[in-house]
Amino acid sequence: MTWLSVSLLFWGLAWWANYRLAISKYRKTRGARVLVPVLFGVTLLVLWEGIVRGLNVSPVILPPPSDVADEFIRSSQILWEDFKQTVFKGALTGFFMGCVAAFACAIAIDRSAFLTRGLLPIGNFAAALPIVGIAPILVSWFGFDWQSKAAVVVVMVFFPILVNTVQGLRESDAMQRDLMRTYAASYWQTLVKLRLPAAMPFIFNGLKIATTLALIGAIVAEYFGSPTRGMGFRISTGVGSLEIDLVWAEIAVAALAGTVFYGLVALIEKTVTFWHPSQRG
Amino acid sequence: MKQALAVLTVLFAIVAIWYAAVAPMNIRVALDQAERAGELVTPETARDRRETSTWVLMAKNPSHISTGYALDRPRLPAPDQVAQELWKTTGEMVVKGRAFSKRSLIYHAGITLQSTLWGFLLGTTLGILAAVAIVYSRVADMSLMPWAIISQTIPIVALAPMIIVVSSQVGIEGRGVPKAIISAYLCYFPVLVGMVKGLRSPSLPQLDLLKTYNASGTQGFFKLRLPSSLPYLFTSLKVGIAAALVGTIVGELPTGAVSGLGARILIGDQFGTPLAIWAALFAAAILAGLLVTLLDLLQRIALRRMGMNT
Repeated sequence: MTWLSVSLLFWGLAWWANYRLAISKYRKTRGARVLVPVLFGVTLLVLWEGIVRGLNVSPVILPPPSDVADEFIRSSQILWEDFKQTVFKGALTGFFMGCVAAFACAIAIDRSAFLTRGLLPIGNFAAALPIVGIAPILVSWFGFDWQSKAAVVVVMVFFPILVNTVQGLRESDAMQRDLMRTYAASYWQTLVKLRLPAAMPFIFNGLKIATTLALIGAIVAEYFGSPTRGMGFRISTGVGSLEIDLVWAEIAVAALAGTVFYGLVALIEKTVTFWHPSQRG
Repeated sequence: MKQALAVLTVLFAIVAIWYAAVAPMNIRVALDQAERAGELVTPETARDRRETSTWVLMAKNPSHISTGYALDRPRLPAPDQVAQELWKTTGEMVVKGRAFSKRSLIYHAGITLQSTLWGFLLGTTLGILAAVAIVYSRVADMSLMPWAIISQTIPIVALAPMIIVVSSQVGIEGRGVPKAIISAYLCYFPVLVGMVKGLRSPSLPQLDLLKTYNASGTQGFFKLRLPSSLPYLFTSLKVGIAAALVGTIVGELPTGAVSGLGARILIGDQFGTPLAIWAALFAAAILAGLLVTLLDLLQRIALRRMGMNT
């Protein structure tokens, strides 16, 4: 009972602290902006711990976060192996190949107004499809190792990036393009100096969507067959053999990887598109 | 008109590329099959063929290329094979009056649709409630918003098997609930972001006008903020329903479900029947298209009746 009441008390205190912070004069400062959500997250963890321990929930259903942290440290070797297999080999390779392919495709299509008009609706539609479903097909084409995972990721990230890049390339207005023409700029000069920079906010929008998709694709593809390492493999076998702690540690790694990956792309966006109104605020 | 022509041209090009790709993809399977049937192929043994490139094989066995378009278990089925399989598992079943038998994709699409709609409902409700909280309470804005963004960077598929295990341990029967939770997780975010934007879209003069009318908070919400958020809501609902469908299929894929489109893909993979996988994939695509179109239609009707032409 102590666990439960302590965690509930913590919840109340954290709520009060957050409330005071949000109406205080410091609310615009960077510290408060970080502290408030962090406190919220910590409260969730404390509540989880308190409820699981207080109500004696079986660790097979839901282990308390402290056990997961324990397991995380104990099996960091395995986690690192899986991380390398899934994130570095599967997700990142596929992400880069998909980005380059979509980018090249977008620039090639962009030269023809007819193709652009035809491809945009199709690309938009394809971006909304449950493309993960092709995972078993690609696994049977490319084998069990990371190549098939990368292939799934390529297909999944292709359409969002393609659509966003094509849309971004139309972003510069006629006046700006006319200005480039009066400078006697060639097609490529206009592309590199005007249209690509103007397209950057859109491109990064696509890239940010693609970061999550890349991890999803790499993990799902592992459910359909993989060498005996990888996050998806570990999760699906861990659920079967009731190593729930390890599964949650693996989930924590996936969550961290996803957040860091997204954060990195957002950071690059911030330095590349510093001029855009959404970044100046 | 011009748009339709362009789309059709691109579609035609895609189908043409697909047909062209079938021959090199399937030539090895076709040759293996021909060899087993006792026909003469060059090179004669399977091991020699493995060391020969696809193009050489095609050049040496031109008469076997056409078999690649009618295999039972092709690596890449031709579009007409997929269309036939789709018809066999949907239209033909309807004609026979067994539209809802377990072999019919309509039945499986129905199962998937059910979870999708539940997840969509749950996710939309959560998203709207969270958006209202964020717009009206600064604490919620500061503490919820960053976590909402972080929640979307977490690959939900990693959690999917866990959600299913936990819900079965807790004693929830069947797979409908966990699938709906997964699709709600994917679909609440676009709704949340769209609604926050929409509820904040009324301009300051409009809000001031309401104040001069002495309108209460609830009146301000229902008469100004909610109506002006509708265009944003519909746009994000369209994104949300597509995400909910993805979530349901992801929930069916890795977990050994027995019914639903994702399960058809899984079973097709286990039994080595690529045609079934492709048919289920296209059924999912058609379902996604129908759902988005339906919402688009609703959006047009609703916005026109409200006098907001888009």
